[in-house]
Amino acid sequence: MKIRLFARAKDLAAAERIDVDLPPGATVGELRRRIGEQYPALAALLARSALAVNEEFAHDGLTLPVNADVALLPPVSGG
Amino acid sequence: MFSLTRDIIDYHALTEQVRRNDCGAVVTFLGTVRELTEGKQTVALDYEAYPEMAEKKLAEIEREVRSRWPVGDVVMVHRLGHLELGEISVAVAVSCPHRDQAFAACRYAIDRVKEIVPIWKKENWADGSTEWVDPTQAHG
Repeated sequence: MKIRLFARAKDLAAAERIDVDLPPGATVGELRRRIGEQYPALAALLARSALAVNEEFAHDGLTLPVNADVALLPPVSGG
Repeated sequence: MFSLTRDIIDYHALTEQVRRNDCGAVVTFLGTVRELTEGKQTVALDYEAYPEMAEKKLAEIEREVRSRWPVGDVVMVHRLGHLELGEISVAVAVSCPHRDQAFAACRYAIDRVKEIVPIWKKENWADGSTEWVDPTQAHG
C-alpha cells in the first residue's frame, strides 16, 4: 500500500510516497509497525506522528479500508 | 469560509468580508513570521500542507466556531510556500454581535488551526540550517 509523506517524513524517506507491504484487513497499528520495520529512518518520527486514512486522523485500532488514501502526518505546526 | 493560498494575504479584504450590520464586533488575527525563537534567528519560513485534508479540517473548525458562538461571518486563510520575516502566514477574521464573542471565537479558531490542520512549517535559521518545527519536542 502507498503511504503519502509530508514535511520531515518526506525528507527522511527522501520520497513523497513509500510502499508498505501489508496483508488485507490490517489495522492502522499494524501499518504503523510495518512502516517502522521497512523504513527504520522514519521510526523515531513515526512514534510522534499521526496516520490519516481518507483524510481523517485514524486511531491504531482502525481496520484499513480497501483502496484507502493513507498519509503519514508528523506533528502539525501550522499557523 | 476558508482557503489555502500561495499569495499575499489581503487582511483588509478579509476584515471587510466579515463586517456586517448585525454584528458590533470584528476581530481579525494575523499570524506573522517572527525573527527570534528561543534565541535562534529566523530568516524565512516554508509552509507545506496536505491540502485535501487541511481543507476538511478548516471546514470542521468553521462548523465548530459557528456552533459555539453567534457568528456573523468567519474567514480563515493560511498561506503556503516561502515566507520572509514579517509576512502574514495565517489570518482569521470573525464578526459577532458583541466583542466578548468575537475575541473568543477568533482565539478558538486560530488555536484549532494550530492544533488539527495538517500544515507544517520549516524554519530557515540564520546559520543556514533548516528545521521542521515539532511542537511535541522541547528544544535543548
